[in-house]
Amino acid sequence: MQGDMEFASSENPALANYAPAVRQQLFQFVLQLADTSLVLGHRLSEWCGHGPILEQDLAMANIALDLLGETRSLYQYAAELEGQGRTEDDLAYLRSATEYRNPLLVEQPNGDFADTVVRQFLFDNFHYHFLKQLLTNADERLAAIAEKSLKEATYHLKWSSEWIIRLGDGTEESRQRVEKAIAELWRFSGELTMPTALEKELQAAGLIPDYAEIQAGMAAHAEQVLAEATLAVPQQVFMLTGGKDGRHTEHLGYILTELQYMQRTFPGLTW
Amino acid sequence: MVAPAPPTEAHIWQLLEEVTDPEVPVLSILDLGIVRAVRVEGEQITVTITPTYSGCPAMNTIATDIRLRLLAEGYTKLTINNQLSPAWTTDWMTKAGREKLEAYGIAPPIDGTASGHVLNLFGKETAVRCPLCKSEHTHLVSQFGSTACKALYQCDDCREPFDYFKCHS
Repeated sequence: MQGDMEFASSENPALANYAPAVRQQLFQFVLQLADTSLVLGHRLSEWCGHGPILEQDLAMANIALDLLGETRSLYQYAAELEGQGRTEDDLAYLRSATEYRNPLLVEQPNGDFADTVVRQFLFDNFHYHFLKQLLTNADERLAAIAEKSLKEATYHLKWSSEWIIRLGDGTEESRQRVEKAIAELWRFSGELTMPTALEKELQAAGLIPDYAEIQAGMAAHAEQVLAEATLAVPQQVFMLTGGKDGRHTEHLGYILTELQYMQRTFPGLTW
Repeated sequence: MVAPAPPTEAHIWQLLEEVTDPEVPVLSILDLGIVRAVRVEGEQITVTITPTYSGCPAMNTIATDIRLRLLAEGYTKLTINNQLSPAWTTDWMTKAGREKLEAYGIAPPIDGTASGHVLNLFGKETAVRCPLCKSEHTHLVSQFGSTACKALYQCDDCREPFDYFKCHS
């Protein structure tokens, strides 16, 4: 993934001002965001050439590409925060599943088109509202990445919201499939806004947004979309967590096996 | 090689006009509005560019093309910076660039129509003029097209499918 560019140093004024411990925490958090976009981008790229129709195949490949772009900006920043000489490639290709910090939702399998749409809707709804808060974040580099990605995340949420409505208020089969997907995947949505110990400390330090406002925005949007889709909002769901602390479902290992195959087989390979 | 004349900013801008978008070769990177700054300090040249979309695979090629174009003039102390903020918008595309796009068969962005910051579910789509027969009677096929920056439209009169360079602001 190495390119011919460097990041403008003007977007990095705070780096030197962070205490080593804070810098390390921020590194972990940026890594979590990068892992999340990478794993979901990879999942979506698995659809390439297999989409139900050409236009939606293209849509999923486009969303995957946007997420990978965001991933690169985040890994590059994480590498700078860590300051140990690791590169974006090292972070993506040479860490094991237990070192990955993505929430469980994004590693869930593609399933059928309804499963993918529901997973995407749950993530986009979080991503959009999270990036909106991140725009005014104290860390200027994260704010700059959010400014860039929010425009794209808006297209994504529009796409997945419209598909929830089409499937829910569509045919008997599409409705049944989207209901099944919601029943399966909703339990992974809580983790997105359930702060880990690390996130609580960063929130207390004012370095990342509080999740309460994000949660309110997400709930309002989900309610509106599901109502229009004539679907019920699931109530009293027991939420599964662990991904952000490195405890994953078995699926992540398979993803990394494919994703990291080249670097694991031929260490240091470049092209 | 003959030692190059000391670089001037004006000359560097002229050279950048010759670097084109690898996906849309009729557009120079200046037409596209992605060159944000050129700085010359002695022999050191710094060019700052901003990505159109974060995952745009053309960005690395463009950075390499800038480097090659300047190296060809004998300039060797080069830095290409990638700047994310302020984020690129199609408002920065030049008028000449828009005309070249339409002549090339891609409908240019219509300013002020970005659905970018509002969630307008199933909202009314922008009326885009067909770049081939100039009819305004067209419809959106998909918000996502052949590259990240384009949407797919079809003309209802001449029936041709065409790319629309999405308004992004």
